[in-house]
Amino acid sequence: MLAFVIRRVFQSLIVLLVVGLVAFSLFRFVGDPVENMLGQERTQQDIDRLRTQLGLDQPFPVQYWRFLKNAAEGNFGVSYRQGRPVTDLLIERAPATLELAFVSGVFALVGGIALGIYTAIRKSGWLAQFVMTASLIGVSLPTFLIGILLIWIFAVELGWLPSFGRGETVAIGWWTTGFLTASGLKALILPSITLGLYQMTLIMRLVRSEMLEVLRQDYIRFARARGLSERAVNFGHALKNTLVPVITVTGLQLGSIIAFAIITETVFQWPGVGLLFINAVQFVDIPVMAAYLMLISFMFVAINLIVDLLYVAIDPRLRVDRAAAAK
Amino acid sequence: MKRLLASLMLGSAAIAIAATANAETLRWARAGDSLTLDPHAQNEGPTHTLAHQIYEPLLHRDMAGQIVPALATEWAPTEDPSVWRFKLREGVTFHDGAPFTASDVVFSLNRAMMPDSDMKELLASVKEVTAVDDLTVDITTDGPNPILPSNLTNLFIMDEDWSKSNGVEKPQDFEGGEETFAVRNANGTGAYMLAERAPDSKTVLKQNPNYWGKGEFPLEVTEIVFTPVQNAATRVAALLSGEVDFIQDVPVQDLGRVEAADGLVVRTAPQNRTIFFGINVGDADLKSDNVDGKNPFADKRVREAMNMALNRDAIRQVVMRGQSQPTGVIMPPFVNGWTEALDAVPPTDVAKAKELMAEAGYGDGFSVTLNCPNDRYINDEAICQAAVGMLGQIGIKVALDAKPKAQHFPLINNLETDFYMLGWGVPTFDSEYIFNFLVHTKGEKYGSWNGTRYSNPELDKMIEGLASETDLAKRDAMIAEIWSTVQGETIYLPLHHQVLNWGMKTAIDFPVQPEDQPHFKYLTYAK
Repeated sequence: MLAFVIRRVFQSLIVLLVVGLVAFSLFRFVGDPVENMLGQERTQQDIDRLRTQLGLDQPFPVQYWRFLKNAAEGNFGVSYRQGRPVTDLLIERAPATLELAFVSGVFALVGGIALGIYTAIRKSGWLAQFVMTASLIGVSLPTFLIGILLIWIFAVELGWLPSFGRGETVAIGWWTTGFLTASGLKALILPSITLGLYQMTLIMRLVRSEMLEVLRQDYIRFARARGLSERAVNFGHALKNTLVPVITVTGLQLGSIIAFAIITETVFQWPGVGLLFINAVQFVDIPVMAAYLMLISFMFVAINLIVDLLYVAIDPRLRVDRAAAAK
Repeated sequence: MKRLLASLMLGSAAIAIAATANAETLRWARAGDSLTLDPHAQNEGPTHTLAHQIYEPLLHRDMAGQIVPALATEWAPTEDPSVWRFKLREGVTFHDGAPFTASDVVFSLNRAMMPDSDMKELLASVKEVTAVDDLTVDITTDGPNPILPSNLTNLFIMDEDWSKSNGVEKPQDFEGGEETFAVRNANGTGAYMLAERAPDSKTVLKQNPNYWGKGEFPLEVTEIVFTPVQNAATRVAALLSGEVDFIQDVPVQDLGRVEAADGLVVRTAPQNRTIFFGINVGDADLKSDNVDGKNPFADKRVREAMNMALNRDAIRQVVMRGQSQPTGVIMPPFVNGWTEALDAVPPTDVAKAKELMAEAGYGDGFSVTLNCPNDRYINDEAICQAAVGMLGQIGIKVALDAKPKAQHFPLINNLETDFYMLGWGVPTFDSEYIFNFLVHTKGEKYGSWNGTRYSNPELDKMIEGLASETDLAKRDAMIAEIWSTVQGETIYLPLHHQVLNWGMKTAIDFPVQPEDQPHFKYLTYAK
């Protein structure tokens, strides 16, 4: 087990290094940050001075090496656009993104599993058919379109929910939360539906097909033959056995919820790290882009690692296989 | 279903109308946030907009773009033409109650000239700032500087004692990522005081109860809530749903929707920015064309033909949906030196243009690359696409290369483009600014945005002479002469002035400021 963990951690480190390398080699094509930082009155001297000061006159391997060295010390540099340390910016923005991701994750999981079970059990009911058809919309419409549609219906036409922002937030230490105020909770509804809709339909379809598969198994028939209640069969036996693949997918999707929050955050002006990243791309704010990409890849790597470990913990067969393979 | 929806819509309209009754708080949104509250750390539009509510300069531009007194009441050159004397306003206090005196002006202007300041270029000619008495300040320049006042309209005055006791005697080192007290706190003399600030999400300002301008300005807004909303569609949705009262940048495609909405209005005015094409007229051969050993753009007839081929009215109607003002000069109206004759749109005449091309020996045309930004100006890439078609009519095959601004502008600065789009605003409202950056031969001090390789030593001398010419009539004559050369040479192909669109509740009476700088102390509500 320990050897497995060490091997995975080592692989993860390599992945991070490669992501950083690819990201850094791409930054050179995004444009010249100096152009955005100086006003139109700047002279050639200003440009040269700033470029030297930021180290942009150095070749790219040198820039990358310097970034790695500083990052290892926890220093991601200073944002070109806002003139503040990137670490501070990320910490300040993280609560907004994490709360949004959490709510849409819960929405996707609860909604997905519930609808999945329903459509599996009543697979020929008209409501189930309708849900299945409607779920196609969730899968096929792009996030920004869903967001704008929701804004149009619920904010512009009906005027029920706010179209942008987080509403009032309460600060608890460095963490700002929107969970404690009415306007904060209202502001969460549309963005989390937008962000979680795709995941919800995905989980729903997954649960449904797994469930249908399981319901066909012999032990379910035997359970029914034993006279167990429909409820005990469906939830006690069938559901439990459908959850292993659901956990894997959910874990991976949690990563993409945070990573793809970029689009939702832009549409709803949600002050999280995704919006920070979009701003950084437009401004060629290299330190912020680099830190964000590293953070996201770190998150994906970490989630994958945890999912792998959970797998081993949940499924005894995998444990035996590993042990056998190790010999 | 339809009826349900209709009744719901009616209901929401009723709610929206009820909401406008609360007229004291102004909820304001625009695309970008202020980058810092330190008034000297960044020379940038949205940063100045917020600073203007809190801090004040000696003199400022009102909603019509005219220079009016702010902290100074009178100003004039002294007998020595290189010294300007400013009389300061009496009885002004900062938000913390400290009195405003000449030493604050000396301190602030010196602060704005420090190396970390982003405003120092505007004060490059200033040698010394001295306090004559408590309410008089002398500014000495190296040689006479007739347009010094127009350089001071964004130079904000801070309290010396407040700055010293909070350790902000120096401007924030923005590029070095310094975070000082002045970045998140402010103590100005302006009509509004900072109440709350969360960068990139929300800023709240409250009216200053001791403002000197009470009675002089409407001051009907008592609280301002400013939220940057980047996504254009979301910004418009926020205005339509009544969540904000005023947005500064309405995208061209949504103008109709805002106009059509009940209780909303779009106000429009020409912006201080002109869009044009620059042409490489100086190089012996072009890299991006298919003519060997020659530069077709060096022939004035070719440039004139191109100028005639561009149909600016068609661009206005088709690409800009009416939201532009076609022009024949690279200078916005209201800039000193602007005349109606210069602004007259060159007539489109394809037949004559073709003749000129044939005369120049390019009857069969040639090909060239046009570099264009795609995220800087309103519909920039679409304008370039239209120009490609128009130039194609006279045989010039243009390959369009559109890029984000961060990649486009370096091409101009490194002289890597032969044909490019650029937009130019004139913060000093004087032609000299345009000449210095766009017409003078490119060098260390002048011509940093002149990508045309145009070089005319005589003209350069005249441009440099403008800075020290104190006889304003003579200076204006020089400006007119320089313009006639620039127009005669056709080194730039002017397209149009951009138009600013502010969207707001109908109840708000607020004209559009040509620099896109709303000063909320002037805002009034219809009774």
